[in-house]
Amino acid sequence: MDFFFEVLTGGLLAGVMYSLVAIGFVLIYKASGVFNFAQGAMVLFAALTFVSLLERGVPFWAAFALTLAAMVALALLIERAVLRPLVNRSPITLFMATLGLSYVIEGAAQALWGAQVHGLDLGIADEPLELGGMLLSQFDLFAAGTAALLVAMLSFLFNRTRLGLSLRAVADDALGALAIGIRLPRIWAVVWAVAGFVGLVAGLLWGARLGVQFSLSLVVLKALPVLIIGGFTSMTGAIVGGLIVGAGEKLAEVYLGPLVGGGIENWFPYALALLFLLVRPAGLFGERAIERV
Amino acid sequence: MFYTEAGQFSSHYRADRRLFRLRQDRYALYALLLFAFAVVPFIGSDYWLNAILIPFLVLSLAGLGLNLLTGYAGQLSLGSAAFMAVGAFATYNLELRVPELPLLASIALGGVFAAAASVLFGLPSLRIKGFYLLVSTLAAQFFVQWLFTKVSWFSNDNASGVITAPPLQIAGHDLSSPAGRYLLTLGFVVALTLLARNVVKSELGRNWMAVRDMDTAAAVIGIPLARTKLLAFALSGFILGVAGALWAFTYLGTVEPHGFDLSRSFQVLFIIIIGGLGSIAGNFLGAAFIVLLPIALSLLSGLLPPGVIDAGQLENLQKIVFGLLIIGFLIKEPEGLARLWQQLRERARVWPLRY
Repeated sequence: MDFFFEVLTGGLLAGVMYSLVAIGFVLIYKASGVFNFAQGAMVLFAALTFVSLLERGVPFWAAFALTLAAMVALALLIERAVLRPLVNRSPITLFMATLGLSYVIEGAAQALWGAQVHGLDLGIADEPLELGGMLLSQFDLFAAGTAALLVAMLSFLFNRTRLGLSLRAVADDALGALAIGIRLPRIWAVVWAVAGFVGLVAGLLWGARLGVQFSLSLVVLKALPVLIIGGFTSMTGAIVGGLIVGAGEKLAEVYLGPLVGGGIENWFPYALALLFLLVRPAGLFGERAIERV
Repeated sequence: MFYTEAGQFSSHYRADRRLFRLRQDRYALYALLLFAFAVVPFIGSDYWLNAILIPFLVLSLAGLGLNLLTGYAGQLSLGSAAFMAVGAFATYNLELRVPELPLLASIALGGVFAAAASVLFGLPSLRIKGFYLLVSTLAAQFFVQWLFTKVSWFSNDNASGVITAPPLQIAGHDLSSPAGRYLLTLGFVVALTLLARNVVKSELGRNWMAVRDMDTAAAVIGIPLARTKLLAFALSGFILGVAGALWAFTYLGTVEPHGFDLSRSFQVLFIIIIGGLGSIAGNFLGAAFIVLLPIALSLLSGLLPPGVIDAGQLENLQKIVFGLLIIGFLIKEPEGLARLWQQLRERARVWPLRY
């Protein structure tokens, strides 16, 4: 039984890492209705930029600030060059544009910083910590704490600031928001910049764990089932979905994996997501779209 | 002047509904087919046939398969490579385990297996809509790849998981020369394109478009949603499966599950975005573009003094160019190269006048 709980907690903590990527995604979907496939590429870009700056001798916080600036610049560029010309197009078109965007960002990140694996040390010991008889990864606990802080910050931003009010207004009804004088392009730029920041945090944590390399951008493939379980529009959904996927995939790997030959972590989250969707087609916390003919 | 439709009247319904109503279009098509079947195999060098024409034809076919599903029926799919893999492995196993089956039949049956897999993963589309459906197609993508890697029965217990093509023979004729493989591919492509073109023009095709444009409205006017959607998955899966078998056996001569990974699915998706969603001709234009662009890029970089762009950077550059092209096409010409081609034809009709 102890072993079960150990696997479960390990899975839950790993799930938090998925949630981090999914949160950036939810932000953008909420405020602009864009299904942003490029979130993984943004995570890669942020982590690569940060690591390359560190390797060039820039101190930690300066590197953080510079990377953040780069992410904001990227956000402004995306808003100008991709979103604005595509305004009012169908969601599928926007999705495919972000697919193209992810190619551009991945290509550019690797052209700029090279394709080799960079080590990243955030100064957190990855020694297992014993808590109530269970071994927990210290690093995972740190990641969970960061995620909690991030969510607290984001919900403060959304619920307590003027900017958050306009963000919610745009999310609710873009045309209505436009009519009362909210500047849509600025809101988009802000949201993409915030998503860039979330991407940076996710990139640092993932990068410290896996090493900063191309596979970071594939984290988006883990974040997709998370979002689908949680629903595209809910931050809570992203967290809960992450926990479900993380725990589910670790438990499945340990208990089901040996029966079928192992390595099922790749597709199990998707199968899990399908099961959830058959019960609730719009995800656990997603909004049910009302269709009129 | 040369491309005028003046004086071409349809005097019965059949003439009005034929595939190409304009005489010029029809003759151009006949000429093109004649050229492709009777001239190209003799004048094409091995390099052209092997490295450009065969992949171009196979990718066009894959694009056609996805386009029926995404472009016509509006069901976004990121799992096309999975169905290509099913087609390839099914064909291989049929040839291996049922040796008396002729090659054409086993390729077609490979397509049937892929169609069955496609319908299976299309079942959730009856309940799940839009982006949520991506999860089903991605599940197909990862599950199929995992299955063919893990279960060695599919690759005949070959340790490396790589399988080799069965002998390409039809009625005693050996087709393993480049020209033979080209003709085999071309035959499938022409037959399936005709099939797809006719389906799209039929009631089923119109139902697909109605479902794509708004499925609730389509259901309200009495279109059977379940049947329509599943038929789209089935036909799309069939064509993708045949394309996968051809990719494995006429192009590469070998197949491994990694050849059909997610980036292959993206490649097929890019073909239909660049070529034109909801257009048959667009698949060919898009595939030509995808096949020729890397060659053009490496030729261009070869013109630069050596050392300016190394091989690794070329790959990154290629990614950036693809990405920019996707975005550019979506912004400037959402209907893709097919639309440009159509505009050219419309210009030619009124030439030398402007309008």
